[in-house]
Amino acid sequence: MELVIALALGVLTASGLYLLLRPTTFSVVLGLTLLSYAVNVLIFLGGRLGAKSPPLAVPGADTPADPLPQALVLTAIVIGFGMTAYLVALALKAKGECDTDHVDAGDAR
Amino acid sequence: MTANLLWLVLAAPFLGIVPVVLAGRRSRSAAAWSAATVMAAGLAALTPLLPAAFSGQPTVVRANWLPEWGLDLALRLDGLGLLFALLILGIGLLIVLYAAYYLPKYDRLGLFYAELLAFAGGMLGVVLAENMIMMLVFWEITSLTSFLLIAYKYENTDARIAARMALAVTGGGGLALLAGILLLGNIAGSFELTEVLARGDAIRAHPLYPVMLVMILLGAFTKSGQFPFHFWLPNAMAAPTPVSAYLHSATMVKAGVFLLARLYPALSGTDLWLVLVGTTGAVTFAYGAYVALLKHDFKGLLAYSTISHLGLITLLLGLNTPMSAVAAVFHIINHAIFKASLFMAAGIIDHECGTRDMRRINGMFKYMPWTATLGIVAAGSMAGVPLLNGFLSKEMFFTETVTHPAFQGYASWVLPAFATIAGMLSVAYSARFVHDVFFNGEPIDLPKSPHEPPRWMRLPVEVLVALVLLVGLLPQFAVGPLLKVAAGALLPAGVPEFKLAVWHGFNLPLVMSILAFALGIAHYVNRQHLFTLHERFSPKITSPVAFERVYRDAGRFATWLLGLVDNGSLQRYLALLVTFVLALAVWAWRGVPAQSLSGPLPQTPVDAAVLAAFAAVVFGCVGTLVWHRQRLVAIVFLSVVGLVTSLAFIHLQAPDLALTQLSVEVVTIVLLLLTLRFLPGETPPASSTARKLRDGALALSGGVGVTVLAYAMLTRPFETISGYHLAQSLPGGGGTNVVNVILVDFRGFDTLGEIAVLAMAALGLHALLDGVRLRPHATSATSEADRHPIMLAQLMRLLLPLALAVSVYIFLRGHNLPGGGFIAGLIAAVALMLQYLASGIDFAAARLRIDYVRVLGAGLAIATATGLASWLTGHPFLTSTFGYVHPPMIDKFELASAMAFDLGVFMVVVASVLLALSELGALSRREINATPGPTPAPVQEER
Repeated sequence: MELVIALALGVLTASGLYLLLRPTTFSVVLGLTLLSYAVNVLIFLGGRLGAKSPPLAVPGADTPADPLPQALVLTAIVIGFGMTAYLVALALKAKGECDTDHVDAGDAR
Repeated sequence: MTANLLWLVLAAPFLGIVPVVLAGRRSRSAAAWSAATVMAAGLAALTPLLPAAFSGQPTVVRANWLPEWGLDLALRLDGLGLLFALLILGIGLLIVLYAAYYLPKYDRLGLFYAELLAFAGGMLGVVLAENMIMMLVFWEITSLTSFLLIAYKYENTDARIAARMALAVTGGGGLALLAGILLLGNIAGSFELTEVLARGDAIRAHPLYPVMLVMILLGAFTKSGQFPFHFWLPNAMAAPTPVSAYLHSATMVKAGVFLLARLYPALSGTDLWLVLVGTTGAVTFAYGAYVALLKHDFKGLLAYSTISHLGLITLLLGLNTPMSAVAAVFHIINHAIFKASLFMAAGIIDHECGTRDMRRINGMFKYMPWTATLGIVAAGSMAGVPLLNGFLSKEMFFTETVTHPAFQGYASWVLPAFATIAGMLSVAYSARFVHDVFFNGEPIDLPKSPHEPPRWMRLPVEVLVALVLLVGLLPQFAVGPLLKVAAGALLPAGVPEFKLAVWHGFNLPLVMSILAFALGIAHYVNRQHLFTLHERFSPKITSPVAFERVYRDAGRFATWLLGLVDNGSLQRYLALLVTFVLALAVWAWRGVPAQSLSGPLPQTPVDAAVLAAFAAVVFGCVGTLVWHRQRLVAIVFLSVVGLVTSLAFIHLQAPDLALTQLSVEVVTIVLLLLTLRFLPGETPPASSTARKLRDGALALSGGVGVTVLAYAMLTRPFETISGYHLAQSLPGGGGTNVVNVILVDFRGFDTLGEIAVLAMAALGLHALLDGVRLRPHATSATSEADRHPIMLAQLMRLLLPLALAVSVYIFLRGHNLPGGGFIAGLIAAVALMLQYLASGIDFAAARLRIDYVRVLGAGLAIATATGLASWLTGHPFLTSTFGYVHPPMIDKFELASAMAFDLGVFMVVVASVLLALSELGALSRREINATPGPTPAPVQEER
């Protein structure tokens, strides 16, 4: 299973990176979203596989999952939304100002 | 503790800045008095320290700052520091008085004094620092504040260029000095002067000694205007005369020779020192004296004479004999006194005549006899006339040249001959200053009619000229003890016995003096030939022009260099970023054998669900990739990946994450859908095949890297640090959901930061979209009914209370079961968002009259207040407490202070999400209706 999960992360990363390098703002948003999935899951997996119950402090829990990466990733997911929202606003602002959705609108020399 | 007064000496100028500025707003005299008080206070604070300083033992006071980095705030008062502190504060006090009369009535005197005080403070820091790092900081302060002082008349282009030049040269030297001091500190093993000065032998024997010495000398030479870095100094005459008198007599330029003197016990004594310091000093000494005669502007003459005298001091320090070190210190004192008085006298003449051209100013003795007498005495000292202080240090210098051990036998005539010629040049320019300005016929076409200045303006000059005479006539009485203790700082092995007396008998140095005078006068008399020669052969380009050219070209070069990497193209930055990360990863993995990529953990068997999820991820990714230019389709594929991620979290025992991911997924997709309206539905293919291949290669490498990394990590065991959290969650945090307890309790401070970031993102969006006007690309739905289907709208209204109840439930149980503020907030946001979707933004906004920005602020305030509340009970920030309540009718439940914190989280999340979505939705109401239909965006060329 380790290999399958690692491969899935690789696919997510590769797709995310490719889209990140595209010239339109929307593709960059898509790319960053895919990359966020990959990064979040990678951090989460820092707790390793093999947990048999959720990270609840109840008596008799059988190998509960590592709560720390989960706490880290939980806020990361929510902040990921904030980032996406900000990026989208930036893209729309650029569209409004420069009338193009190219990432280098009005900037590049 | 009188020693602690040293802090006051250093702090006084800095503390005085604000009061002086405030006083300057009231009146000129208030500003002058307050600035004078500050200088006098510094002197007063220094007085009780005098006995200790004269005993020859350095006083060191120290306050811990960053002891583990070898950085303490430490001050040191020894003879050398005392001498300079007296010069800085004493001459500073006279300058304050002088400037009050010199500067025009309309000037901002408060500001001027503030800059002057800041500069004086910087100088005091340099001369009083015990820690060399601290000395460097003050060194930079003097560079910066002298920049301000030189640019005081900033409306003049000359002043601006001069200030920039001074900053560039001394600042560049400061960089070299930084490197040198760091090297010195490492060689000596300490940045404390006491330690460094005691380890001279080890330092001189170190292989890095030459490099370090050159670096430190660069710093000292640029500051002291040594050839070939001298050119900033004459141009700095663009500053008002009080500034020139201060900077170029006792302070700024003396900082360089101070540094040489300060580090003399640690660095001097080698042949390299003799060659570098001695030669530079000698060249500067002669060059400055030669050029000074050619200057028609008398401030220019004084500037070059300053360069020349600094060269002499440097030469004396470079001679490596104890007596020459004593002579150097003596000349530092003498030069400060006569040069400050000369500058001030010159300022008076300038002030009275309105020009500084010596071809027009003549015969001033007739118009202002008293000022002229003062000027003549000071200039006599500069030339080395007997009975004046300059004569004494010059005689010491001549004696040293005759007896220097490195020049014996056939070479014994070299140094004395050189000294006589340089002395001759000094006599010539001094003679010119005296003869041209005060005698030589009548003034020619002056803008003003000159007369004696106000009584108080002349007083500082009188004080200094009195000192010139006092030192000249009674040297042993006037400066003997101070000179001995100051020279003692340079010569820890013992100061040689020296006798300060006016008459040493008829000897070779006296013959040299007489020769220098005779030749100097002759040189001056024949000056016209020299002027003609100079006119013919001197380069036509002046140093400010050359400097500005270099400055401009350097700017162009930097812009060009920057343009190579920073061309404003995000695509290029991202490509460079990814490439760099890949390169780092490859570098980190180099030499790792392939079989070690797999760790020792046993492989978990693959089940059908995992395979299916994998297939779905690949399906979603490939779909997003293939159709990324058809945005709606891309979003659909993207949502597949998001859903699979949520399911994966459930499968991997992370219910909190699954809930969060799911709700974030919903709001993200809605967010992206909202933008579609304003972005073109399809992107025209803008990438060339080569570009696609390059990006594909980068992406593929990144994917492979992450796969390898993830696989290597997953197959290796690890030591978790979560054991504490699992064990303490219930007894310490009062909850069984460890993830939530970590978020709101164990790591509550982190969460506070995170919701602050979220709030910032939402506010940023709010600000960005303010006033944005966009043209929708496609025709909208045809009718109101079509936009908001009636069934959906009605259903959603019924569902809202239910959904909010779920949200509250999730929130309340969060401490013990999956849930909590983040998830509840997201669910509530989704529930409210559905109203916007189903019934339209106008309908929802009219009923939900909520100012999300305020909710955002309130949420942050509640979270912070929860943290602060624990201070009231004397606990650290965000300490939580909890208890159980037993309300009637329902089961007992728990109340934790962390819950209030979680409420803040909840509010911030709800408000951020809804702020983002409603702002984006509201954009459609501000559409530009002028031209229907899309206008294709111009396809930009790739860069």
